[in-house]
Amino acid sequence: MSGPDLGRLLAMTRKEAREFRRTPFILGAMVVLPLVFIVEPLIDIFRLGSSTPASAVQKVVGVTFLLMLIVPAVLPSTIAAYSVIGERDQGTLEPLLTTPVRRSELLLGKALAAMIPSVLVSYVIFGVVLLAAHLFAANQTVVATLSNGPEILAEVLFAPLLSGWSIAVGTGISARASDVRIAQQLGTLASLPPLAVTALVSFQVLTPSVPVAVGFGLGFLVIDIAMWRVVAAMFDRERLITGARALAARGGGGGGTPPGTVRRIQMVQGGDHE
Amino acid sequence: MVQPTPGLGGEGAALPARDGPALRVSGLTKRFGDRAAFEDVSFEVARGEVFGFLGPNGAGKTTTVRTLGTLIAPTSGSAEVAGLLLSPQNGEAIRRRISVMPENPGLYARLTVRENLELFASLYGLRSPGERIAMALDAVRLAERSDDRCGRLSKGLRQRVGLARALLNDPEVIFLDEPTSGLDPVAAREVHDLINGWRQRGVTVFLTTHRLEEAERLCDRVAILNTRLRSVGSPKDLRASLFGGSLVVETATPLPDPRAVFAGVAAVREWTDGGHGAYVLSVADPRQAAPQVARAVVAAGADLVSLAESQHSLEDVYLQLIDDDGSAPQ
Repeated sequence: MSGPDLGRLLAMTRKEAREFRRTPFILGAMVVLPLVFIVEPLIDIFRLGSSTPASAVQKVVGVTFLLMLIVPAVLPSTIAAYSVIGERDQGTLEPLLTTPVRRSELLLGKALAAMIPSVLVSYVIFGVVLLAAHLFAANQTVVATLSNGPEILAEVLFAPLLSGWSIAVGTGISARASDVRIAQQLGTLASLPPLAVTALVSFQVLTPSVPVAVGFGLGFLVIDIAMWRVVAAMFDRERLITGARALAARGGGGGGTPPGTVRRIQMVQGGDHE
Repeated sequence: MVQPTPGLGGEGAALPARDGPALRVSGLTKRFGDRAAFEDVSFEVARGEVFGFLGPNGAGKTTTVRTLGTLIAPTSGSAEVAGLLLSPQNGEAIRRRISVMPENPGLYARLTVRENLELFASLYGLRSPGERIAMALDAVRLAERSDDRCGRLSKGLRQRVGLARALLNDPEVIFLDEPTSGLDPVAAREVHDLINGWRQRGVTVFLTTHRLEEAERLCDRVAILNTRLRSVGSPKDLRASLFGGSLVVETATPLPDPRAVFAGVAAVREWTDGGHGAYVLSVADPRQAAPQVARAVVAAGADLVSLAESQHSLEDVYLQLIDDDGSAPQ
């Protein structure tokens, strides 16, 4: 069995990206979330005076790092939770599955489309906060802590890995859910547990260091891969399609001649011999 | 009129010939738990044939299409689709050779017509997607609407986009599930023209429909399914096998003693009184029986107004078969 076809995979990603750009809810989330997550930590950082105790500074830094990671953890789960059931609801899943596209191409294409903007937004937020702190913060300890190598490494590594977890869980829920809203709510909830781990680093319960960041990064990677295998196994064409049929039937679709309303014989007089 | 386009339903580019039928289905069964969606279905569809698949709601038509389209695994039985054995290993290869258009064309509403087609062209791995898309759009006369978002199109136009999509990979077999459902007569006629164009080019069309006049007009053969296959054949053969021949006699006034008149004609097997001087006679050969009947009616002193062979429609065949089936799903 050959690997995924890059052309088909990217076609799926491109399609998803086009849909996101034209979906007000997703666009709104992409704009509003960064604003919230830039403004809130900056207010905390700017309120720190030059003589604020180190423990208070560390608390602000911890919250800032945690907020930075909420975006890649939560935002893609909402998108991913819609990815399969959304296709099913609008009737696009069946035509899609009648093409030669493979399960892996379909899922990875969708995952990339959710992951890339989420991670980019997360990096942009972090970059803006870091830059603003450097330029305007009165407390130099907070600037130094934010610029600490292990913290930045953790941020860079954890963002895509949290996003990967979040998308895998969201997609898995989407493949089994029967309602978009429930899928999105469950997806958001399920994306939160890994943040507890990152909080340990953010609040220095575990002292940030390169080995800690890399170690947790590898741990997340292994969990992500395992999770994706589970999700791929959950993506069952037959289950998805027959589920779609049940939804259509509930919608009262279909017309035609109901059985039992039989008109016996319709005689047409005249006409040509065959 | 929709224009058949070379390479996309036109007459110019015939498909390369392959051996064997386009579809060969043998004892195919699909069960969901205890419920059979369809059971022990067997038929063959020749290459280039337009094959109608009829049946009431819940008869298993769409599930059959989904099974042959590799979306659903059969419970038992076997099938060949476009020359390939229906199996999980052949799923991708089969999907390259076929197109399936579900009843709901399933378009991405936020994408334009062209963007929808670009996606599918990429998924089929087409070498010249732009050219294929242009040809498909021309074939369904949608080139001018290619930049419109699908969510803003009428149902008829969306159906045409679905058909354009079905043409992209130049399929050997096209499965159309209720392609004219909800279309106005003009739009339906355009779809019919397109199907006829495919027939001329040798594309096999597997058409499920509730429109019996559509099946009668388009299909070389039809199968009537009611969980089990009830009958397969050309509409003409099905009519002949079910109803035999019959004559309709109309006299100016009711015959005083029709029993005596028709009993004297050896070719008449049975008859019924339709009222107001109309009688329906069951005969073996209408052409042979008609002169005898005419002579008998005139000899009885009646004024013969008309004498004609009665024509049973495919609808009559369908209703007869479905009515005969005591297990019709509700």
